[in-house]
Amino acid sequence: MATTTSIAKYESQKIWQGGNEPFKASWGKLMMWFFLLSDAFTFSSLLITYGLIRYSHVAYDPAVHGEFKFSTEYWPIPEKVFAGVPFFHGVNAPLVFVGIMTFILIMSSVTMVLAVEAGHRRDRKDVEKWMLWTILGGFTFLFSQAWEWTHFIIGENSPMNATRIDGTRIIGANLVENQYGPPLFADLFFFITGFHGFHVFSGVLINIIVFYNVAMGIYDRPDRKIDPGAEPYEMVEKVGLYWHFVDLVWVFVFTAFYLI
Amino acid sequence: MATHIHNESASIDALHHEHTQEHAHEHEHHHEESFIRKYIFSEDHKIISKQFLITGLFWAFLGGLMSVIFRLQLGFPEMKLEFLRPLLGTWINETGKLDPNFYLALVTMHGTIMVFFVLTAGLSGTFSNFLIPLQIGARDMASGFLNMLSYWFFFASSVVMFISLFVETGPAAGGWVVYPPLSALPQAMPGSGLGMTLWLVSMSLFIVSTLLGGINYITTVINLRTQGMSFARLPLTIWAFFVTAVLGLLSFPVLFAAALLLIFDRSLGTSFYLSEIYIGGEALPNMGGSPILYQHLFWFLGHPEVYIVLLPALGITSEIIATNARKPIFGYKAMVGSILGIGFLSFIVWAHHMFTSGMDPFLGSVFMFLTLIIAVPSAVKAFNYITTLWRGNIIFTPAMLFSVGLVSLFISGGVTGIILGNNALDIQLHDTYFVVAHFHLVMGSASFFGMVAGIYHWFPKMFGRMMDEKLGYIHFWLTFIGVYLVFFPMHYMGIAGFPRRYYSFTGFDAFKSFVDLNAFMSVAAIIAFSAQLIFAFNFFYSMFRGRRAPQNPWGSNTLEWTAPINPGHGNWIGDIPKVYRWAYDYSKPNADKDGFTDFIPQNIPLYQTPHSNLPHEQELAKIQEAEDREMKKLVG
Repeated sequence: MATTTSIAKYESQKIWQGGNEPFKASWGKLMMWFFLLSDAFTFSSLLITYGLIRYSHVAYDPAVHGEFKFSTEYWPIPEKVFAGVPFFHGVNAPLVFVGIMTFILIMSSVTMVLAVEAGHRRDRKDVEKWMLWTILGGFTFLFSQAWEWTHFIIGENSPMNATRIDGTRIIGANLVENQYGPPLFADLFFFITGFHGFHVFSGVLINIIVFYNVAMGIYDRPDRKIDPGAEPYEMVEKVGLYWHFVDLVWVFVFTAFYLI
Repeated sequence: MATHIHNESASIDALHHEHTQEHAHEHEHHHEESFIRKYIFSEDHKIISKQFLITGLFWAFLGGLMSVIFRLQLGFPEMKLEFLRPLLGTWINETGKLDPNFYLALVTMHGTIMVFFVLTAGLSGTFSNFLIPLQIGARDMASGFLNMLSYWFFFASSVVMFISLFVETGPAAGGWVVYPPLSALPQAMPGSGLGMTLWLVSMSLFIVSTLLGGINYITTVINLRTQGMSFARLPLTIWAFFVTAVLGLLSFPVLFAAALLLIFDRSLGTSFYLSEIYIGGEALPNMGGSPILYQHLFWFLGHPEVYIVLLPALGITSEIIATNARKPIFGYKAMVGSILGIGFLSFIVWAHHMFTSGMDPFLGSVFMFLTLIIAVPSAVKAFNYITTLWRGNIIFTPAMLFSVGLVSLFISGGVTGIILGNNALDIQLHDTYFVVAHFHLVMGSASFFGMVAGIYHWFPKMFGRMMDEKLGYIHFWLTFIGVYLVFFPMHYMGIAGFPRRYYSFTGFDAFKSFVDLNAFMSVAAIIAFSAQLIFAFNFFYSMFRGRRAPQNPWGSNTLEWTAPINPGHGNWIGDIPKVYRWAYDYSKPNADKDGFTDFIPQNIPLYQTPHSNLPHEQELAKIQEAEDREMKKLVG
């Protein structure tokens, strides 16, 4: 009797006993997970930096500062900064464009899920289709971000501009000064959205490579050189993990820069 | 019955697994690799490990030489250093003295090189790479390609750092922690110019290397353990490397963020770390940043880094002490627990490096509390080493001497950690030689001893030859005594208030009485450094001319000694050994009745040792026997 219970115990522990994959994930997938964990720490430290610097700046308070206008004295209200939409010049549409960008990025995550799912069905045509949509979504996001940056950098001469000590107006934004608020507002915006944008850019590149390999049938040949031991289309799953992570990070970046 | 079926399918799975590995192995042997693929751009973990080792030793020599040069300045401030002009050129100024800016650069580079290039890449890179696959029973790392990239990123980082030594304005000189604003403003000092930029580039490459290595180590330990090698049977070396890799994975990305922000501040005009600065009487435009932010980001890496340096050395020591005391390691589970405990705590104590940065004293006392808790797992380790040695049948190989030396240094240096971790005492001792003494003993020398012990111990496995023992003994005693003579007096100087990183103390009346002591320490440092030349000779001579090693020279239980003396790519010929027991069955009672001497390797099934099995092992023996019989049937 004692032996049966200990056998049962032994069996339940078997998964960690060596000679197999305890998380039921190949080493490639595990590596992607650990890389993402590490990358999450990079982004966390950047967002904590954002929080710390923003907290150490004066916040806008109507009782003290009167009516809101851009000033280097206090941190700007994001809605006032990000209110432009392409082709609708002069229309005040707070956060509409970045909302669309976010939606596109999240939709590209959905199409990525569909690509992974098609991979499980080993349906090459469907994998191709959904990978293509994902790449398209990624590019759209990148172009939107380019527009957003351009708009932010060029700025416009309006009563809202912050002024220098000598009274002249600052127009647009760069890493040294900007029309919206303290220099660090733009510094952090460029650095963190830029760092994220670089992740998206790399993701799109990797997606293109994977798409190409899928189209060439490299992931489902029985005699394939890449990932010979793994499931076919596992590479799609791995870039999928990366893509979802980049999306998830955007949700936090978006919250920090646009909503709070 | 159900159990039985499950059992069978599991065995078939396992069999299948082994077959695929077998196949991959055969496949690799079909073609001979070219010289470049075999020795330079190699994907074999053993070659990569040796690459890390040689590069690490090169840096260790350079870092040690630097310390000798600045010790000459500190010990003999009046000395003419003209004889160093062929080496240092204009860094020796017209009066024949060391250039003060170059002194700062030397101190900075000594720290950077030793902490990152020697004791992170040289130690972890060498032994994690070498031992993880061999001790867990794997053909190679999970990804040989990423492993190769890991080394070459380290190599690139080394090249950039080496180039920075030859820049006209000198290498980085703001201390190894490179705090802004000093490091962020190129006009602040010569060392903050191009040298600092190269430092940041080099460190960024280094972080990529650590990351690639780390994800590989972690994944390999999780997924590639051979049958029977459960986590509870892992040698403590592997536990230590595993936790080290996790620490690196979670802390280096934060340094990466810090370094990127610093690069922006230096080169692109941002103000992340800069605010309200006057330099040369002129106000800088930067507003709103915080240099303390850098300190937080840096030390979030910096403190775990201490354990990234130390844990592998402790793991190596556990293995060597148990082997050479011919006793099971005392408190295996407590050892694992203390590694995990130290790993966890290392992430929540970083601000004890910042007690004098103006932080809230209440916050300081929280960090003090957390810091002092580290004494608990550390003491567990120290006591377990001592109790492992106690009444052991000790064999004093050079590796064993260095391991015991590590325990000694770990205790002497650790005790002062309790003093420095106290935020009230630290205000007095911060940035004095007391701190220098503390971390050189507990982290610098102890880890270096661990590394050297590892080299002596695994040299036969690496190169198939033995290192010379006599030279090893001389090396040990000179180093051990030298290290204590250098760092022990430093405590007194620290208590007397000597600040670290000062070029000279001759201008201060208060420090006059320490002139002799300073000179004494410098002589000891030179002796300790010279002893390393004996080691270098021994190392390279034995590599080619050493006595040929037997397969298992130390009578050790771990799997690497079951591999051929010069293992090829794939490590084992034929099947990978299966593991049936933990790694510490030394001097097991009644082992002689089973036909063993004082050690039973991990690949010996329990059912072959009925006399020496402990009561709970007898049951396991039956299970193992049934399983193996099942397996034989399947193989047919």
